[in-house]
This record gives sequence, structure tokens and C-alpha cells, in this order.
Amino acid sequence: MEILVCAKRVPDTSENEIELNGARNDIERDDLVYSVNEPDNYAVEEALQIVDRVGGKVTVVTVGSDEDEEILRREMAMGAHHGVLISDDAFSGSDGRGIAAILKAFVQTKHYDLILTGVQADDGCAQVGGMLAAMLDYPFASLVTSIEVLEGGKLKIGREIEGGNKEINAIDLPCVLSIQTGINEPRYVGMRGIRQVASVPIPTLGTPELGVDPETVGDRAAKVKRVDYFVPPAGRGAEMLQGSREETIDKLMDLLKAKGGLN
Amino acid sequence: MVPHSSIDSIAQAMYWLVPGRTLFLFLYLLGIACFAFIVARHLAPLVRAERDSRFDRPLLRLGRVLQFWLGQWRHPRYKLAGIVHILIFFAFLVLITRAFSLLVLGISDSFEGAFLSGSAGRLYDTVKDYAASVVLICMVIAGVRRGIFKPARYAVPAKYGKDPAAKAVFLVAMIGVLMVADGLFEASKAVWLFRQGLPAQLVAPLSLPWVLKHALGSASLTALWNLHLSAYLVYDAVFLFLLCYRPFSAQFHIETSLFAVYFSKLDRGTLKPVRWGVSEEHLDRVKSFGVKTFEDFTWKNMLDFYTCADCGRCSDQCPANAVGRPLSPRFFTIKAREYSLQHYPVLGRSNTGDPLIGGIYSEDEIWSCTTCGACEAECPLLVEYIDKIVDLRRGMVDDGNVPQSLQKPLKALESRGNPFGKMEKKRADWAKAAGVPIVNGAATVRERSLDTLYFVDSVTSYDDRAQAIGRATARILDRAGVKFGILGAAEKDSGHEVRRFGEEMLFLALRDHNAGAIQASGVRRIVTADPHAYNALKHDYKDLPPVEHISEVIARAVKSGDIKLNPVENAGDSYAYHDPCYLGRHNGIYDAPRDVLDAIPGLKRVEMARCRDRSFCCGGGGLALFYEPKEEERMGVQRVRMAAEAGANAIVTACPFCLVNIEDAIKVAGMEGKMTAIDLTELVDRQMAG
Repeated sequence: MEILVCAKRVPDTSENEIELNGARNDIERDDLVYSVNEPDNYAVEEALQIVDRVGGKVTVVTVGSDEDEEILRREMAMGAHHGVLISDDAFSGSDGRGIAAILKAFVQTKHYDLILTGVQADDGCAQVGGMLAAMLDYPFASLVTSIEVLEGGKLKIGREIEGGNKEINAIDLPCVLSIQTGINEPRYVGMRGIRQVASVPIPTLGTPELGVDPETVGDRAAKVKRVDYFVPPAGRGAEMLQGSREETIDKLMDLLKAKGGLN
Repeated sequence: MVPHSSIDSIAQAMYWLVPGRTLFLFLYLLGIACFAFIVARHLAPLVRAERDSRFDRPLLRLGRVLQFWLGQWRHPRYKLAGIVHILIFFAFLVLITRAFSLLVLGISDSFEGAFLSGSAGRLYDTVKDYAASVVLICMVIAGVRRGIFKPARYAVPAKYGKDPAAKAVFLVAMIGVLMVADGLFEASKAVWLFRQGLPAQLVAPLSLPWVLKHALGSASLTALWNLHLSAYLVYDAVFLFLLCYRPFSAQFHIETSLFAVYFSKLDRGTLKPVRWGVSEEHLDRVKSFGVKTFEDFTWKNMLDFYTCADCGRCSDQCPANAVGRPLSPRFFTIKAREYSLQHYPVLGRSNTGDPLIGGIYSEDEIWSCTTCGACEAECPLLVEYIDKIVDLRRGMVDDGNVPQSLQKPLKALESRGNPFGKMEKKRADWAKAAGVPIVNGAATVRERSLDTLYFVDSVTSYDDRAQAIGRATARILDRAGVKFGILGAAEKDSGHEVRRFGEEMLFLALRDHNAGAIQASGVRRIVTADPHAYNALKHDYKDLPPVEHISEVIARAVKSGDIKLNPVENAGDSYAYHDPCYLGRHNGIYDAPRDVLDAIPGLKRVEMARCRDRSFCCGGGGLALFYEPKEEERMGVQRVRMAAEAGANAIVTACPFCLVNIEDAIKVAGMEGKMTAIDLTELVDRQMAG
């Protein structure tokens, strides 16, 4: 099975202190460290596990700039067979629809049985996967937490639904799935793995290779624009439970039940 | 069996129409051939194993043999078992000669007395009579212990196999039979000779043969002679049986221990390289890291597996085992031994290449170790554990098989140089108030005439609680007149736990970064208050200025009078010093912190039952803080209780991880208000006079 995973390089929320920049139109990016968007990493792991079971190859693609190549290498160190960087000045400033259009153009240059995305990017809107499916006229399922390959070009997939419940669907290939974290336990990528793929060539594709009309993507074509960034004001202080250990535990249990945290 | 009228010869006696010489020659050849074949098969995996570097420093190694093998150095740490073992060991050494001359009797008459004659021979005969008696008594004690009292240390949990008591008692009984057969052989002959008015052999008074001699006083000549021949046959048969059976049991250590001790690890605190004989620059060429299959162990590792005497001391001391983590060093070794025996069978083909993780070991088992070294400090045979555990982790890391709880801190160490994912520029925030100068290349060192680097490491730099250790250390260094600075944002994690958790390449990157910054600064010495950093800088790094732990600096400053200490305010407090694993066991610094405590006027210090090289790990440092073990209780909670049992209401330690773990444990144990934890630097800072 040929699997394509769309991944994104994002500021790692666990290793950065996110602050607004002076102009309040973006976050301060000077001292940030980046990593692959976490749900995308789960998607790559899932793709690798699928090809381990049924054979095939995994390709990881990202739309971005030269700096984004590092996440492709990381995913290749994880075991992905190919990495593709899609980069062109014309692409910068694309909104979700623009990114989906670029990815659609890439998908049409090859054949992929299955396309995976992370459920959403840390700095994103969870929209590219669905749009890509629509543009390709592929079926789409979101929040996928399990994948089983069936005979006859179908998948059996589990989806997370509200309240911790799960539904099982059958879906025809080719399709696009957005992968929820927790679907698997992604393998560790060490320094050694990254060094081993350090010199593997990664092709960079732009408008000519993809045949994308520059007028349909990028800043000018974007129909969704960010107009403000803000840090929400701190709410009221936390409520401190008083009393003996048993009493506080009872109160906490009542609160959790009342707020729907426990069934 | 008919007594040969005048010649008391075993070789010439008839056993069911077969001459003794023929029978015994056949038995010996069979026994020795079997033994040689069994041992050769057992050693087969050693030939396929990874290489190891154990042939250097022969004199030092001989010293270890004298101390730990011949000197039985560690045995008395467990009193009864230890003393019994020492008695058996020396008695066996004496009885080797006896056994050899006895065996030769079966095929040659002329040999007896050839190498021990005259007064030396008589002296030897007396000594060996007592030695055999001692062995028999020891076997009775051992049999009663293992068969009736069954100390908990020897118990085998159901998941690891069967109750070992029956096997242990059987082996002990066999040795007992050997001693009695020897005694009967000698006693029957002595009585037989005496009855015929021939010069009788000397039998040591009150020894086993002496007792038997008196018991046989009324037996007929024929009976005596038959007994003599039978005893010999039994002795030979049991001897040869044990020879061939021991390689399958814990008693194989009788043969292997000398080699295991000679080839034991000489440098504590260090880790074995990924591959012996492969330099760091060439590591990229190594196809697979660490131990994944049995054959990835080194030959010394395998020798360890065969050598383990299954005495259970390692697991008795292991903190992971004590808190119910799925790790027992004893069974770590026993499982490997059983793997080897199964996969390299004496008869049949070897079958190899099974993955160990998921086979005989579980992932949690291997991550459960804190590398505290309690097992290695206890093992009488110097069996090693940490290198093997780390090698298995290297294999898991290489396969991407790392718990999710450790992946984030490892990633943060790679991108930010600390496991918390905090920003580099905030690494020295703790020091701003303290006014500690930042060493920024050689220029600052010259301008400010600094000569010392305080290596802070990650936990002290970023952890709110541990930062107090940093500030206390800075004030102490100031008071002691040390001209020092810190690397600040240019410092990265020492990588001590990164390496011990199996991420060798990340460790090398961190090490190269730090070593470069330190060397560029031109400082002449390094001080740290973190024993893990201390161990890393001292043993894992190369070509650095000398490294000291702050406790050594304080001890010296107190002695010289540079630091004067006020009397304690509350004389009713009792302080127990908790030895951090990487300060004590791994680096032998036990006395400096205690000397400092004893220099505080009025301070009452108590020792916990488990102290010094038997200290009980608090739960581990570095990445161990992030690992979520399966356990029944925290190590720290047990440690806090040990301090309470010792009568202490304050635990002093000298390691930021110990402090953090023990303070948490005090809360978990519900002992807030009854017990406090304080770092040595904080205590000294508090007590520094004027």
C-alpha cells in the first residue's frame, strides 16, 4: 500500500514559552524550537505499522521552506521511505484551502492508496485534510484511532466520538484520514537515526513541478486571514478544596462528576 | 568384593569381576569427557559473543583475585551465609589435593604419597580430615537453612520458576555424601589395618574419619574391606556426577568464579563503550547498537551469567526489587543463564538470534533500573549489571523502543539541552540574584581572574526546589574564597542519564558541547553539587580539568577554617545522611559529607541501617524523574521510613535529585512535620557563621 502522510513543522508547545511579538500579529519566533506536529508523528507511525503488516511504502510530504526539511528527515529516520518538500515563494501565506490545493496537485502526480494527516496542527485549524479529500473527491474520516486493512480495497477504521466513545466505519480506498493522537505509540527517533538519513536527498517541488497556478495559492489567494493574536486574560483563581484528605477527595469526585469528567 | 589378602589396593581390587583399575579408568575417562564436552558447549556462546576488554592491568586483576576470590572479601556482609561460605571455600581448597590423590588411587598404587610425604603429608592428612569435617557440618547447616528455614532471599517467585529448595538441598546433600564417603574410606582402612596389627594411618582426633573409625570398631574384616571399596566407589561416582552436574547449576561458580573475578570490571562509575574496539568517530559504521540478541552480550557478560551463584544478595539490596518494580537483578542473570542453556543445549543444535526484549526480558524490567549500583556493590563474585542494562537500553533506543514518558525529555535534551524543555537563556536565571558571574569564553575568566567552573547541570538550573542548592553552593564557594563562574546558557545537560538510558549519540553531542565550552574557558578546575554531573564529568568526559564535588570543597574549607559553622539551633534534631548513589557507591565519597556534618557544633547525626555502599536509592536522577515505573511504592517512601527507623527527623543529602525525590516521598508517606529533607549545601549555607 502506498501511503502519503502530510506533516507540518510547528513550534513545540512543550519546549517554548509562547509570547506575542510587538506587532501582535504573530508569536515571537526568535527563540523557538520546532518539531514535527505531534498528531502528524502518530500518523507516520500508523503508516509505518500498516506497511509492516501489508507491505508498501510511506512518503512524508510537507509544504514549507528549507527549514522544514528537518521534520522530513526525522520522519525518515523513523522509517518513512521517502520525504518530499514542497516549497515555493508563491506558496507562502496560503490559507488552509491553498495548502490543500497544493497537496492535491502533489497527490495527482503520483498514486497513493491512503493519505493520512494529523488531526490538526498545534498552530492550525484542522481543515487541510478534509479540504484535500473534497478536492480529490476521496472519502474522508476524521479523529481516527484505529485502522485495519480489509480485503477489497477497504479499511475498517475506529473514530473517536464525544464522551470517550468510539464508532467503527468501513471506508473505501483511496481515502484521506486525519489521525488522532493515541492511535499508537510512536517509536523514538534518536540522534543516530537522524544522522543515518542526513545525506539522503530530499526532492523539493515547486509550482512548475506541481503545475499549480500561482494565482490560486499563496497570500493573495487566501480567503482566510489572521487579523489578531491575543493571550486570553487569566480567569478567576483556582478553587482550593479544604478539609481532610478524605473530604477533599469526596469533593473532588463530586465536582468531576458534576462537570462530566467522570461517567 | 573380596579383600585382597594382603594388598590394600583399590586399583587391584575386583569390582564384580572387573579390576578396579579398569573400572575407574573407564569412569574417569567417561566423567572427564562428559565434563569437557559440557563445558565446551557452555562456552560455545562466549565464542560468538561480542568482544570485551579484560586483559589489561594483570597485577590489579591479580589483586582483585586475592581480595575477592581468595580473600572472600564480600562474604561476611551476610554473616551466617558468608561465614559458612568462607569455611566451605577454604575447606574445598584444602580438599582439592585430597580429591586428586584419592581419584588417582583408583588407577595407580604407586602414586599415593608421591607429592605429600613425611611430616608435610601427615600434617596435610590432619588438616584435610578437619576440612572434610567442616564441610560436612557446613552442609548440614546449609541444608537446614535451605530446606527448613528457607530465608526469603532464596525464594523464587512463581513467575520465575520453581521453588529452588529441593535442588539446593540435593546438591548440598551430594557434597555431604562425598565427605562421608571419604571419611568411611579412610576410617574403614584404618580399622582394617589396625585389626591386622599393621601400622595404622593417623586419623585426626574428633574429625569425621575419627568419629567413623570409632563407629566401625566392631565390624568384621570382610565388612570393613567391602565398606572400604564401596565408599571409594561412591566417592568416585558422586565426584564425577557433581563434576558433570554442576555446570547446569549455580555451583558452576566453583569452576568459573576465579575467571569471573580476574576479568571483573576495574573502573567503577564508568560505562562500557557501545562496542569495544570501535572508536567514537566510527560509531556511525556500527550497524546495530547495544544488546538485542543474546550474542550481542560480551563474553564476560556471559561468563557472569554462568558464574552467578544464585545467592540472592543483589536482589536483596536492589531498590527496584524492593518496591515491586518488575526487575530483580538475580533473575536478570538467571534468566540469561537459562536462555543460554536452552539455546546452546549440550545435545542438539544451537539456535540463536531470538530478541531478548519481549523474550526473556520485558521493556519495563529494563527501564526499571536506576543504575544505583547496589547489586554490583554486593555481589561476592563481582557480577556486573549496569553495563548490561545500559546495553539493552541502547538496543531498545536503536529500535525506537522508548517509553513515551521518556521521549519528550529526550527530545527536549536534543533541542534545548535540558530534559524540561525550558529555554536556554533561562538556564542561569537562578543565579541572577546571587550575582554569579557567567563564564563566557576565556576572556571573562582572565578579566575576573576566575579559576573554577561551577557546573550546575539541568535540575539545579531549572527546578524551583533544586535552584536553592545552586544559590547555597554559590554562597559557599564565595565564602570559601573560590573564584568561580558558571557557563550559563552555554551549559547543557551533562548527559549522565542520557547515556545511562541508552541514548549514546545524544550523550556524545551533549558531552562534546560541554567539553568544548569548558576547555575554551580555560578554567583550572570544576566543582559541582550534582553527583550525576560529577560522575559524568569525571568518568564519561575526557581531558577536563580536575572535578570535585562540593562536599569535598566544603570539608576542606571547614578543616582549614575558611568556613566556620554555627551550632545548630535545635539540638533535639537528629540528622541522617543519605548517601547519593553517584557520590557514594560509584565514586567512594562517603566521609567528606559526614565530616562536614560532624563539624557543625551540636549536630546529632545518626546512621541509617542502609548507609554508605549499602545506601538505598531515592528513585533515581535525570531521566528517571520522567519515567513512570510500575511499582507498589516509591523508593523514596521506603527511604524516608528507613530514616525514621534510625531515629532521624531530618535527612541530609548531597544531590539535587535525592532532595527532590525525598521531599516528595515525605509528602507521599504523610510524614510532613515529622521529617524534613535538606541538601548538605543548604545546611552548610544556613549554619555558616557571620
